[in-house]
Amino acid sequence: MKVGIVQFPGSNCDEDAWFAVVDQLHEQAVMLWHKDHDLQGADVIVLPGGFSHGDYLRAGAIARFSPIMQQVAAHAERGGVVIGICNGFQIACEAQLLPGALLRNNVGYRSLSVTIRVERTDSPMTAAAPIGACLTMPIAHGEGRFTMSEAELDRLEGDGQVLFRYVNADGQPTPDANPNGSMRNIAGICNAGRNVVGLMPHPERAMEPLLGSSDGRVLFESLLAAANA
Amino acid sequence: MTFRVAVHVLPRRGILDPQGKAVCDALHSLGFAQVADVHVGRHLVIETTAESAAAASASVTAMCQKLLANPVTEDFSIASVEST
Repeated sequence: MKVGIVQFPGSNCDEDAWFAVVDQLHEQAVMLWHKDHDLQGADVIVLPGGFSHGDYLRAGAIARFSPIMQQVAAHAERGGVVIGICNGFQIACEAQLLPGALLRNNVGYRSLSVTIRVERTDSPMTAAAPIGACLTMPIAHGEGRFTMSEAELDRLEGDGQVLFRYVNADGQPTPDANPNGSMRNIAGICNAGRNVVGLMPHPERAMEPLLGSSDGRVLFESLLAAANA
Repeated sequence: MTFRVAVHVLPRRGILDPQGKAVCDALHSLGFAQVADVHVGRHLVIETTAESAAAASASVTAMCQKLLANPVTEDFSIASVEST
């Protein structure tokens, strides 16, 4: 597996993604500058967390027009895997690689450890995770409230595109477990083709016990399993 | 010709606007009980060249559709077009 990590001005989880892929999984990675036009043969593209372009206008709104996003969109169009984490999820929504929008949290900026439940295993980021697995990892964002119309949301749920939900200690998606006001406690989704995944929590920051949790590993191991399938 | 075009971008009605609600609550706590609701959005001023005011308005509308407003969650309106 060769992972291409896109660096936008203001990305700050690019090195964490590198750490997850190279140091933890011992797979190949390459950093891709947002003004590049070449994915350098990467099979998986990661749009990392951060504050691209200062989050000016709307989070991800300017980054989606970076030159490399044309190649990223073409890669997704061909069925290639694209993962958007936090700001990367916002960029993927703005680029319409994923449906919906991530609006300002209902309670301001949140930085804490959350638990998310794996809802589906038929995606490149959940293929190696047991269904219903509850994973603990950090969030750190001010604009993560997943929003779309109720009708679109019903369709999204019907098509099995909701991959992760915020849950409490009992694994239930209660209002108290929802850190940002996301509709139906949604923490992560995939596109209709199931090759583009976005999530607000940070699995790349939960790769070993020293970091407080190693629950993010199974999501990166899923990428590896999907790449080798 | 040059124009200064002002645009309002607001959260779409019916979508939770936590900023607007926080400001509304603050106004209530300051005694402005008459405030029914508050919406917080963005006001942008675009200085641009165009053949006419109508053309300036049309090009800023295209900018809103492409970048300045999120079509999923926001509405925009051209507030004014001034010749400069």
